[in-house]
Amino acid sequence: MADERGTRDATASGEDRRSPAEQGAGVAELPARSWPLWEVFVRSARGLSHVHAGSLHAADAQMALENARDLYTRRSEGVSLWVVPSAQITASDPDRRGAYFETAGDKVYRHPTFYARAEGVPHL
Amino acid sequence: MEHAKTAPADGAHLVDQAELDDLQERFDATIAAEQRIEPRDWMPEAYRRTLIRQIGQHAHSEIIGMQPEGNWITRAPSLKRKSILMAKVQDEAGHGLYLYSAAETLGIDRTTMTEQLIDGTAKYSSIFNYPTPTWADMGAIGWLVDGAAICNQVPLCRASYGPYGRAMVRICKEESFHQRQGFEILYELSHGTPAQHRMAQEAVDRWWWPALMMFGPPDADSPNTAQSMEWKIKRFTNDELRQRFIDMSVPQAEVLGLALPDPDLRWNEATGHYDSGEIDWTEFTEVLKGRGPCNALRVSNRRRAHEGGAWVREAAAAYAQKQAARAAAQAGGGAAANEERAAAQGSGQGSAHDRRMAEAS
Ligand SMILES: [Fe+2]
Ligand SMILES: [Fe+2]
Repeated sequence: MADERGTRDATASGEDRRSPAEQGAGVAELPARSWPLWEVFVRSARGLSHVHAGSLHAADAQMALENARDLYTRRSEGVSLWVVPSAQITASDPDRRGAYFETAGDKVYRHPTFYARAEGVPHL
Repeated sequence: MEHAKTAPADGAHLVDQAELDDLQERFDATIAAEQRIEPRDWMPEAYRRTLIRQIGQHAHSEIIGMQPEGNWITRAPSLKRKSILMAKVQDEAGHGLYLYSAAETLGIDRTTMTEQLIDGTAKYSSIFNYPTPTWADMGAIGWLVDGAAICNQVPLCRASYGPYGRAMVRICKEESFHQRQGFEILYELSHGTPAQHRMAQEAVDRWWWPALMMFGPPDADSPNTAQSMEWKIKRFTNDELRQRFIDMSVPQAEVLGLALPDPDLRWNEATGHYDSGEIDWTEFTEVLKGRGPCNALRVSNRRRAHEGGAWVREAAAAYAQKQAARAAAQAGGGAAANEERAAAQGSGQGSAHDRRMAEAS
């Protein structure tokens, strides 16, 4: 089911998120029903990473940046913005998260707490 | 990523009943553990539909909600008030967009939602179907309407659907300015000339009861509440939230020096809450059914704005297409020239990307 969802949203161009049924016949020459969707990332202060803030529609990257500024930084929430076409993002499948991230689970020796000998020894 | 496509898995397969039970179980456990459901998680269709309806109505309310206040932007009594009102109305547009964005993660697109709004099939909060005849209505809306909205919205920050909760956190941060500026407008008027005081009182008289109706029908007539609370979309019932709002508003009205238009309003020592009079639900139903004072006007304004803006949307899309085609032609046809130019500037195709990233940082 997750796969179905994924393919439905992941149109090739990202410019038209409708299902094929909704698009109907003969609309190919018409402009897309809505502007493409962009994901917005905001760096709130120097020294911090860009964090996902939300999404918006815009005709192109420049307009996406300007809309992102007006929509997500009206109160100086950011010093830098990234916009990415939503269709360009590939994500892992949430329904398979168990198996997918499992391999990290049994490698406890990657954590410092695995090593008991160092307990109580200063600066270690 | 909210809208990201999922990497193709091992090929499509039919979901059988056992698998469906398993998915449902995992969904229930996530909700029970106070964890959030995220866009690409499996969810029951009824949960998805409920959210699309609720978030959509909520978004439409923010968008339509700009109109009663937009009515006064050109007539605000001072430049300061005008700037404040414009900022507030702009925030409401932002709230609408955050919410449309959250709804889109559930598989409905923005254009469809807009069409449902302007063809009258989508609902929005009835409160915005009342007129704003005086400047004092700007005060009453900010204090009471935004105040009631805050009561409703604060618990929604913990809604089980991740994108909805996150949108609400952002919205709630912005709402408190809305309520305070409304309170200040009423305070100034209430402590002004007798005519100004009267204007403030009349606005409160107009907005108090509709504000109470914003919380929706009484619990006994709200059949969907139980399921919504089970799904942890809603955290409190309509009546609980309404009572909380009344309890907060009474002392605030005292500070304003204005009366709330309910003769039955009195403190109840036993319950620790204010008792209040009966709400006229026939009025609520009338407005909900589209027979409020401004229903037709609000929707026709929205339709006019949407249709009038069509050429702008088309022009921007055409411009974007032209720019993209031009860039593609340059990248293809003038590849050699580009390479030369890039070499001269000491940056090739790869470092152009680095440069963009550096600029973006
Ligand atoms: Fe709002
Ligand atoms: Fe507001």
